[in-house]
Amino acid sequence: MATPLNPRQNFLKGIVKENPVFVMLLGMCPTLGVTSSAFNGLGMGLATLFVLLMSNLVVSLVKSQIPSKVRIPAFIVIIASFVTVVEMVLEAYIPFLYEQLGIFIPLIVVNCVILGRAEAFASKNKLGASLLDALGMGLGFTMALTVLGATREILGNGSLFELRFFSEDAQTILLFILPPGAFIALAYLTLVFNRLTRKVA
Amino acid sequence: MEYIIILIGAVFVNNIVLSQFLGICPFLGVSSKVSTSVGMSGAVLFVMTIATTVTYLLHQYVLVPAGLEYLRTISFILVIAALVQMVEIILKKVSPPLYQALGVFLPLITTNCAVLGVTILALGLVDASLIKAVFFAFSTSLGFALALIVFASIREFLELADLPEGMKGVPINLLVAGLLSLAFLGFAGLV
Repeated sequence: MATPLNPRQNFLKGIVKENPVFVMLLGMCPTLGVTSSAFNGLGMGLATLFVLLMSNLVVSLVKSQIPSKVRIPAFIVIIASFVTVVEMVLEAYIPFLYEQLGIFIPLIVVNCVILGRAEAFASKNKLGASLLDALGMGLGFTMALTVLGATREILGNGSLFELRFFSEDAQTILLFILPPGAFIALAYLTLVFNRLTRKVA
Repeated sequence: MEYIIILIGAVFVNNIVLSQFLGICPFLGVSSKVSTSVGMSGAVLFVMTIATTVTYLLHQYVLVPAGLEYLRTISFILVIAALVQMVEIILKKVSPPLYQALGVFLPLITTNCAVLGVTILALGLVDASLIKAVFFAFSTSLGFALALIVFASIREFLELADLPEGMKGVPINLLVAGLLSLAFLGFAGLV
């Protein structure tokens, strides 16, 4: 790396400067696919955070053992193992969330955020830094998904984490919990995020 | 008739990109020019159809009899990764012009979630058979191609549009994708 980051910067970059969703545009499929409510977004974010943390942990531990030619398949197997763990745990303990997230759980394997971090960070850095990187990226991802889920749930359903704050028959913008709403909500959230971070910078 | 319903369902009603949100990365990533989007669509069509054939057989004749269904995710992604490599090597040897056209897109496909998604979705079809699963994968990739090429054509026009500073780049692309998805919502209830 060109300039070594201190631990604080390393952790924060995933949340703001290199936010996987708003800035890097990685992992867009689950971002758009499961965020019809804040709860789903949070659940997906935490599941991804767990896999990211574990895969960065293992990749950074075994990085010197893996020949560089087969490193991508090796990373994928590591990631897929942890995804299988998440899949089985969710099915056993939180069947409701398992139903809601559906096909997007096995698809955590191909979430480019995870492979991207394994390849770009964990395979080149020490254990501590890799864990911090995973934590930052994972939280940035979770935050983005929860905010998007919350936005869509408020606009589309008039509730937040299933708590209604409009009456049952209030007019809500149904569009936002339908597929097109995901794209439109994310478009405006990215706009706002860019605006805010530019001000900070 | 059944096959026509699968075709229309996969291309229009449950379009893989615009209503199922699979394969968004290539959809946003390689859609700046129509020519590259055609190449990507071709590569996806190729890999998706072959991958589903292999994974369906693998699931039916190896994983299920051995009681190893929980290895589905790991084994499927390995099959896809190996297959992509193989297709790349074979194409290079057999058809250099096709390789020239699709070559750069092939490595990207391993992490295209649409491919893994379709292989898993194909297992869940109503009274699935091999032919039906493969036809489903083929139709889905046509849907992917349609969405990608239409989106790329719109983006070529957007280059010339006069947009507010903050809207440029990602936000406007997502907004266009949203409107496109809205249009495809109109197909709901067709089958």
